[in-house]
Formats: sequence, structure tokens, C-alpha cells
Amino acid sequence: MPNNTLLKPTRPVGIIGYGAYVPRYRIPAREIARVWAGGKAALPVKEKAVPGLDEDVITMSIEAARNALARGQIQPSDLRAIWVGSESHPYAVKPTSTVVAEAIGAVPHVQAGDWEFACKAGTEAMVAAMGFVGSGMADYAMAIGMDTAQGKPGDALEYTAAAGGAAFIIGPAENSLATINCSYSYVTDTPDFWRREYQKYPEHGVRFTGEPAYFQHITSSSKTLMEELGTTAKDYQWAVFHQPNTKFPQRAAQMLGFTPEQIAPGLLVPVIGNTYSGASIIGLTAILDIAKPGDRILLASFGSGAGSDAFDITVTDKISVRAGLATKTQDYIARRIEIDYATYARYRGKITMK
Amino acid sequence: MEIPRHWRLKKQRYGLVGEVCPHCDYKIFPPRDVCPNCGDEAKDLFTFSGKGQVYSFTTIYEAPTGYDSSAPYTVALVKLDEGPIITAQLTDVEGSSVEIGMPVEMVTRKMRDDGDERGILVYSYKFRPSLLVPQAHHPAG
Ligand SMILES: [Zn+2]
Repeated sequence: MPNNTLLKPTRPVGIIGYGAYVPRYRIPAREIARVWAGGKAALPVKEKAVPGLDEDVITMSIEAARNALARGQIQPSDLRAIWVGSESHPYAVKPTSTVVAEAIGAVPHVQAGDWEFACKAGTEAMVAAMGFVGSGMADYAMAIGMDTAQGKPGDALEYTAAAGGAAFIIGPAENSLATINCSYSYVTDTPDFWRREYQKYPEHGVRFTGEPAYFQHITSSSKTLMEELGTTAKDYQWAVFHQPNTKFPQRAAQMLGFTPEQIAPGLLVPVIGNTYSGASIIGLTAILDIAKPGDRILLASFGSGAGSDAFDITVTDKISVRAGLATKTQDYIARRIEIDYATYARYRGKITMK
Repeated sequence: MEIPRHWRLKKQRYGLVGEVCPHCDYKIFPPRDVCPNCGDEAKDLFTFSGKGQVYSFTTIYEAPTGYDSSAPYTVALVKLDEGPIITAQLTDVEGSSVEIGMPVEMVTRKMRDDGDERGILVYSYKFRPSLLVPQAHHPAG
């Protein structure tokens, strides 16, 4: 292995503020199974979050960003970048990030950009923000991972493809509620999930692609990060992994030596579904909501055909005050309205009008 | 709607940015550059907290073009904590559970498609029932 594989800025950086968003509607997996499988299907999650008619990646990112600002206690005009990672940007051509920047009052002295990198667009933006701040180019940058994922009606993905995500303000370590000690990215071209232009729904490989894709990448990123740092699973209070269903992150954790207790607070997929670009990082927000100063956290994202980013994070004493300054992730999850398949089909635009 | 009009309205629509009168501190929304209280010029921008309560409301079943895809929905007069009463759509709420005096907070949501699926998406303020947040951090709420 070459030297310097870890990504560590010369200026120490961390998370200044964070914010989650989950829409209020839920469709149970058994309701999808009722419609498409006669009620007989293995259910990969209990239920998933569905956006309302007036919600999309732009509106959801705005709310998560406002929560991050409330916790970060900085002015929107202090931000020098707003980067939004998603697979479901509302426009094919026209940025998401400019609307978010405008709505939170961060314009005009700001970088804005939309990222699209399978399910790890959000963590990719976080790594870029670490570099942006860590180089001294800027003091504060916001990275968002947010999705309103769609699965083809009746397809296995429909049970899990969900809506939600999180926003993070990256800034100098001395003003951080959690320092990001370093990150490591493991990237190859191993696609098991894709969507061509003009197609509404994605295609995916069959079940066995989990091994060379998800497990290979997420365990390699985490293992290498820990090896290079000289840590093991025991050195971390908490861990959170990309969560396309309930079993994958549980098994990845086990392979890496983490206990079910270590991943419990960040394992949200059973109750909100797979939020794609938001999946691992919204788990991180739920961990930060309950974390204590000194807690060490391993975060690892995954994107199909994109790779995995792993992060080593240490919570500081600033968490105690800031965690309470915005709506907690579990409070968004508790704000739950169950809908049936017909309402879901209307909300997700699955009913063709012409 | 013409594109430049969307540009002019974006600050008030996205972030509930109005004005404050430099002479009498009256808070103004929507912005109109003249203080309705003292009649003097008032052009200082003021970002509202987004907190308020339902003053009155009605549920729309027959919606105008551009809004019909989200009908039925509830429109309310919302009295903002800073004073002004504004008309806005409520969201994340069933019409049957809306009450006068209900605490609400501003969110930015998709208002409508301008024309059809080819047009620009219009985002604006709506209000939803206030989420439960720790009392200590919202002493005014
Ligand atoms: Zn006045």
C-alpha cells in the first residue's frame, strides 16, 4: 500500500453543525407486498419514508441545511460552499444547490454545486468540504446528501427506496462539535445499480452482487482506515454504514468486529428505508443526537459503482449544547403518518395522467 | 408567470424576508417599501422567524390551475410572531386537524409547477404545525 492513502487536511477540521430531514409519510413494506406479492415476500425493512406532494430534494435539503445552521451557530453568509449530493435532483438541468443557498441566505459569496455519485454523493461532498476548509481556502462549507429515491413498482427496490438525508457544516476543528480526524476512499468500477438518462426507474444486478459490490467496498474502506490509524472496532463507541436494507449493514458491522449495540443508534433503515445519498449520514445525525464528548465514530458510505468513503470522527464537548438546537432525527422519525399504496402512488407520481 | 417576476420574489418566498421600518420598528410582510404604520419609507430587510399561529383557515377542494395536483389543501391567515398577518398554504397537516390558534412554523416547499411538467418549479413558504423542539432554545415559541 502506498503512503498517504488517508485523507487528512493540514488544518484540522470537523463538523460545526448538522441537520437531518425525514418526510412524515410512511408506507409499510407489508403494504407493498400486499399489492405486488399477495402479501408473501421477505420484507427488507419495516417501512420507508415517502415525501409529500410539495417535497423534493430541494425542499428537504433546505430544511436539513437550516437545522445544520441552527446547530452550527454561524451566519449563512459565513458559508463559502453549498454542495448537494443526490440521485434525485428535481431538475435534469438547473442546480439544486443554488436554490438551497438562496433559501438559507448564503448567496452570493459562495460556491454552489450539485453532486451525483450513486449513494455516496453526500460523503463525497463532505470529503471535498474537508479539503476546502482544511486547505484554508474557506472557513465553512456545507455538504448535503439527500434523496427521494424511486423503485420500479413491484421491483425489490420499491420496498426500500425512500426519502430523507442530512446536511453538515464542515469547519475548523476548534469550533467543531465533532472533529473529523481523517477519511479514506476506496473506489473501483463495480456497478450493480444504475439508471440511464431519461429512465424514471433504476436497474440493478441480482442478489449475489452484494459480495463484490457492497461488502467488498465498505469493508475495505473501513478496514484500511482502521489499519492505517492503528485502531480496531473496540476503539469506537459507534459505527454507521450505508444501509440499503436491514441485513447488509448488520453483516458488514459483524465482519468488521462491531457489535449490534455499536450500530444500533445509526441503523435507521428499518424505519425510514434506504435514503440513498442520505443513508449513512442521516444515521450519523442520529448518533450525534445521543453522543457524549469523547465518543469515537466510524462512518462508511457506499455507492454502487462508486465505492466507499470511511471517516474517523471524535465528538467534542460542544455536542452537549448544539445537539439540542434543532429537531432531532428520532423526532422526525416519530412524526409518522402511515399511508396506503394508492396514496403512495399518487404522492410519488406513479399514476400517469396522460 | 414571467421568469423575472420569480427572481424578484425569491427572497420573500424562499426565506420569509420582509422589511422593518427604521422609524417605528414595524415589521412588514410582504415587503412594500413604505411603512403601513407610520407612512415613512421602510426598505431595511428583515428575516422573519417563521413562527406564528393560525388566525383563520379554509380548505380548498377546487384548486386553480397549477395548484390542482395538490388539492385538497388548506389555506390560512397566519399571524406571525412579529406582527403581520399573511396568507399561506398549510402543509404536513390534514385539513380536519387544523385549529384557530394552532402554533405553526414556516417551511420552504414546492408551490406549483409553472405551466406543466416542462415549466420552472416554484418554491415558496408554507406553514406546518410546529415540531416539538426543546423549550429552552425557543423561549418566544
Ligand atoms: Zn414605521
